[in-house]
Amino acid sequence: MKEVKCECGHVNPHGTVLCESCGLTLIEEKAQGKLHDMRYEGSARRSQTYNKTIVDKIWNFFSSVKVGVWLIVITLIASALGTIFPQEMYIPTIMTAAEYYEDQYGWLGKLYYDLGFHNLYSSWWYLVLIASIGVSLVICSIDRVVPLYRALKKQRVTRHESFLKRQRLFTTSASENIDASFEKAKENLAMKRYKIREEDGNILAEKGRFSRWGPYVNHCGLIIFLLGGILRFVPGMYIDDMLWIREGETKVIPETNGEYYLENKEFTLEVYDKEKDNEAFSDAIENAGMVPKNFQSDVILYKKADDSLPGEEAKLEQIKEYNIRVNEPLKFDGYALYQTEYRLGELSTMTFTMINKKSKEEFGELTIELNDPQTKYDLGDGYSVEVMSYFPDFEFNESGEPTTKSRIPNNPAFVFKMFSPEKPEGEISFVAIQQNLEPFGDNEYQLRFSGIETNDVTGLTVRKDLTLWLFALGGFIFMIGVAQGSYWNHRRIWLRRNNDEIWVAAHTNKNWHGLKREISTILEGTGIDEPLDQLQEKENQDSEIKNRNHE
Amino acid sequence: MKKQRLFIRTMILLVLGAAVVYTLYANFTKDDVKKVAVGKKAPNFVLTDMNGEQHRLSDYEGKGVLLNFWATWCKPCEREMPYMDKQYQENKEEDVQILAVNIGESDVVVNEFIKKHDLTFPILNDKKQEVQTVYGIGNLPITFLIAPDGNVVNVHEGEIINEQVVIDMIKEIKP
Repeated sequence: MKEVKCECGHVNPHGTVLCESCGLTLIEEKAQGKLHDMRYEGSARRSQTYNKTIVDKIWNFFSSVKVGVWLIVITLIASALGTIFPQEMYIPTIMTAAEYYEDQYGWLGKLYYDLGFHNLYSSWWYLVLIASIGVSLVICSIDRVVPLYRALKKQRVTRHESFLKRQRLFTTSASENIDASFEKAKENLAMKRYKIREEDGNILAEKGRFSRWGPYVNHCGLIIFLLGGILRFVPGMYIDDMLWIREGETKVIPETNGEYYLENKEFTLEVYDKEKDNEAFSDAIENAGMVPKNFQSDVILYKKADDSLPGEEAKLEQIKEYNIRVNEPLKFDGYALYQTEYRLGELSTMTFTMINKKSKEEFGELTIELNDPQTKYDLGDGYSVEVMSYFPDFEFNESGEPTTKSRIPNNPAFVFKMFSPEKPEGEISFVAIQQNLEPFGDNEYQLRFSGIETNDVTGLTVRKDLTLWLFALGGFIFMIGVAQGSYWNHRRIWLRRNNDEIWVAAHTNKNWHGLKREISTILEGTGIDEPLDQLQEKENQDSEIKNRNHE
Repeated sequence: MKKQRLFIRTMILLVLGAAVVYTLYANFTKDDVKKVAVGKKAPNFVLTDMNGEQHRLSDYEGKGVLLNFWATWCKPCEREMPYMDKQYQENKEEDVQILAVNIGESDVVVNEFIKKHDLTFPILNDKKQEVQTVYGIGNLPITFLIAPDGNVVNVHEGEIINEQVVIDMIKEIKP
């Protein structure tokens, strides 16, 4: 692979289409059109020139924009497919995922599951797709930015006639006093803030070159964004856990190495009140029924002050009191506790009165802590109650025995033994909500249900994210790149003396209309003709020919 | 020039490849990243059993420990309990301890369960749910096998389906 020496003396890398320095066409076949393709300044994109080793082949594959676009399209389609049915993590755990999808969505659901779409966003092929986009982004950028930088850096003021002729904006005009015209043009160019370079009496005026780096800055931002995504997999960088605490309870906060504890003093759910709140909304509130206004947990954060072990009574030091509301998390030591869930009215205590069934005489009350009942309740005067069995979440199992579904007192039931002076050996009764069964049906005494207390439970998300700043930085750099590439244009105007003629050519990477308008003010009063838009002319000619054919 | 280019390309591809491989690896092992991993030291704790006796895990160093987490409403837990109890009786004189940690149900419920199944081995109660948080307990039952040096040698998730499994477990942790 030899480097190519242009007739102007500049040495170009192999594969260069237009000489970096003077713009002469070096590879005729690649520059056949009437106009030059100026996207990469006719520079040698390296990937297109070497294709020897396996490394080069991999490089070339990822360097192709076409490949990059296809990767993005495939990823988009895949991402869309993942939203047709819910992902596995969002389906209820009442049956296995395989059964659930078939049961809910029929054969389509089964296919969905069999193809692995139920876990699409963490499947290996989806990650490979995303990773390939990242790789393509890096390689495409490197492969283009380096030659582009070279070409813009090496460009000479005096460009070859063939180069100028094949610019989209080009014209020649005769002039009696070229010097005067050039002076006037220079003055105008300076007014428009062009950077002017001169060589042999020719002019290259250029501005906004940095706009050309916009896309690459933008890609840097995206890559930083992706790095943030990778960093989330590093242990300790990203934590997302859940903490349920009842009112009055103090619990260790998960993922804090047992360092921090949280007490839930109170959970409040406020709703809009049509009497008290803004009158304008009273109709809306009436129609919608209950409209939540505030979800709030009043908590106290503690830090462990000794080196007690889990399970041991720890000495706690109060750090702070805080009211956690939606979007107002409690933040400490890199962690944040967000209000995300709640359970209202979980049963906390039940109160019974022991009575004589016939006389209805009362012999005392017992209040049972549903999360931790005592075994025996003494009512005095020889009356007492023993808890023989307790089912916090009562149901009958397949064999008809009473069991509990969980430890949460959703539907408490008890087997009590009631002792009294008349019945010292005790009477057994089964008590559940609105049920009172006697195995023998001949009890003298009864436990009459006399009240309940409830408790709210708050659900807090425990979050720690040390990667967020990378996402912010990536996003910010991305936006800089976007602004750089879209609010500035890279404009160049070439003025060249050719005997008695002045040759004018101009190029911009976008907004040709703006460039044309700018040129017309610059050339005003210089006696130089405005360059013609060769692309538009060609289009006009083509349509004229077409029209003529129609006639 | 050409060599340099090949070198730079190779380096860039290697760096990118490493990032991709790491991401894939991390993604597939993320579900296995337990708070208590095989080969790591089992976190120490102190819990009281239903007879009021304190058990400190570090006191069992030098013995193998079979540490089970369970609940009364968990059917598989209920089925596997007798196997553990039987093996506890068999290995009483050996340097092996079997501990079953209830996830913090009320004493009434746990005691009734012990009576119903006639369990003789230490049943601890994690009332404050601190130990299960440290061990990252999700699904029940789960059984940790802890070697005499205090390191976790194996984690058995789900039901112990027969007594032979317990026998094999004990073989694994016997000093």
